[in-house]
Amino acid sequence: MDEIRPYKATERKGETFSYLPPLTPEKIRKHIAYMIAQGWNPAIEHTEPEKAFMHYWYLWKLPFFGEQSVEKVMAEIEACHRANSGHIVRLTGFDNYTQSRGIVFIVHQAGR
Amino acid sequence: MAVKTYQAGVKDYRSSYWTPDYIPLDTDLLACFKIVVQEGVPREEIAAAVAAESSTGTWTTVWADLLTDLDYYKGRAYRIEPVPGDNTAFYAFVAYPIDLFEEGSIVNVLTSLVGNVFGFKALRSLRLEDIRFPIAYVKTCGGPPNGIQMERDRMNKYGRAFLGCTIKPKLGLSAKNYGMSVYECLRGGLDFTKDDENINSQPFMRWHHRFEFVTEAVLKAQAETGERKGHFLNVTAPTPEEMYKRAEFAKELGAPIIMHDFLTGGFCANTGLANWCRDNGMLLHIHRAMHAVLDRNPYHGIHFRVLAKCLRLSGGDHLHSGTVVGKLEGDRAATLGWIDTMRESFIPENRERGLFFDQDWGSMPGVMPVASGGIHVWHMPALVNIFGDDACFQFGGGTIGHPWGNAAGATANRVALEACTDARNQGRQVEREGKEVLTEAAQHSPELKIAMETWKEIKFEFDTVDKLDVSR
Repeated sequence: MDEIRPYKATERKGETFSYLPPLTPEKIRKHIAYMIAQGWNPAIEHTEPEKAFMHYWYLWKLPFFGEQSVEKVMAEIEACHRANSGHIVRLTGFDNYTQSRGIVFIVHQAGR
Repeated sequence: MAVKTYQAGVKDYRSSYWTPDYIPLDTDLLACFKIVVQEGVPREEIAAAVAAESSTGTWTTVWADLLTDLDYYKGRAYRIEPVPGDNTAFYAFVAYPIDLFEEGSIVNVLTSLVGNVFGFKALRSLRLEDIRFPIAYVKTCGGPPNGIQMERDRMNKYGRAFLGCTIKPKLGLSAKNYGMSVYECLRGGLDFTKDDENINSQPFMRWHHRFEFVTEAVLKAQAETGERKGHFLNVTAPTPEEMYKRAEFAKELGAPIIMHDFLTGGFCANTGLANWCRDNGMLLHIHRAMHAVLDRNPYHGIHFRVLAKCLRLSGGDHLHSGTVVGKLEGDRAATLGWIDTMRESFIPENRERGLFFDQDWGSMPGVMPVASGGIHVWHMPALVNIFGDDACFQFGGGTIGHPWGNAAGATANRVALEACTDARNQGRQVEREGKEVLTEAAQHSPELKIAMETWKEIKFEFDTVDKLDVSR
């Protein structure tokens, strides 16, 4: 049975896309463009890793309602990360039609 | 009102129930039946007979008809149409006044529409193809206890489909071994695991033992991964009292979701349980055992799109919808028709997808389609393309059959789902480029790589039995 590989001890994950390699800035740009194309409003949130399981994270500024510029959203992600380097940073697309979130994913792990 | 007098005897149904000039009211419940008649019976007469037998009529005139205003209560056959590509059958459209039905009672609607009339001798066969529920009636039904958005908010899953797995073997595991299998699936990256529908409370695993062990598995996997997890605890039971007892215990344990089999359990039990779930903040997964008995024969029974509408009204947050690509029956266009019917708030008539009527659900929440049955990682690109994000993909054998076990199987599926979702958002044609997308993702995931090697030859390419009616 030596061909069976043991599965590692369970790792901490962060929901959508956390089973893929960390998203490159180029990929994040395309996800932001997708978000904007869906008509969703980008928003940035961050939290200490130990509080990541909770639903509510700290909202960075306000959601960027109607923002069409991928680069402006990227710049805000970087500003949030610089100001909170020990925190996890996630990007949300608020969908006001479903009154929910269209997508949420982590863009910076703590300390990276 | 014109004076009517009583004359005993048998009248043609069509003299009262065939009304081709009738314009249906917005409050009417409309039904489309597919009918194959015995030789020599005129179509108008048989359409009228179906309208009569499923509403106010019986085979003979009775004096007590004159004590009421039958013209107000009768069902009316108002249109017949040929079935494309089939001259043995025709469609009959019937309008029923809303007051024929008790408010909020799918039980009552079905007792009329698919009651005695299905055994009527003048018919060779009869199939209820579709129902238009008027918004006035929709508003009297509870509907899904939570709906898709509440489920996303509770489970913290956004921007991708949910992933589940039915625990196998379906019968015979002890509660503790079963919980181990649940834990391995969830820690590997699945959102949900599920009791097989056959699992209720048999001698090998009583329900309370299963609920306790499974809950420990869910809580541990949740704590370790930092992601929200659940297991569909099947509360389907021999009696409503027993069903509620199991539901209460699931709530006491803090379970986020329970499960019910709506056809074998029945609409009375299902509607009651949905109400309980709404009152207790519990998600409700719905299985559909017995549906193929009712919906698979293209000439007799009840089409699945009708069963799906009935479930949305009776209440359920998930419903099995077929996969299109897996081991079980399901035509692609027809499936798209009924998954729209489950999820959207307004669905226009679309014969290309088998939808005979506009259906307005108002603000009633949507039901999440569950795709399950013979699917594995190679199907993921097609599943993401067909279902989009608002669905739950369940890989039973496709998780537990992984050569390295459940956790690795779960990871393979999760990586495949996220890779396909990511590729779609990046602007790629995920179904057409599926092989490249999965192959790229497998470079970072040995679990996915071995899964792709294991299942690469498995296909399910049998033709569907129940096709849409089109000219061929």
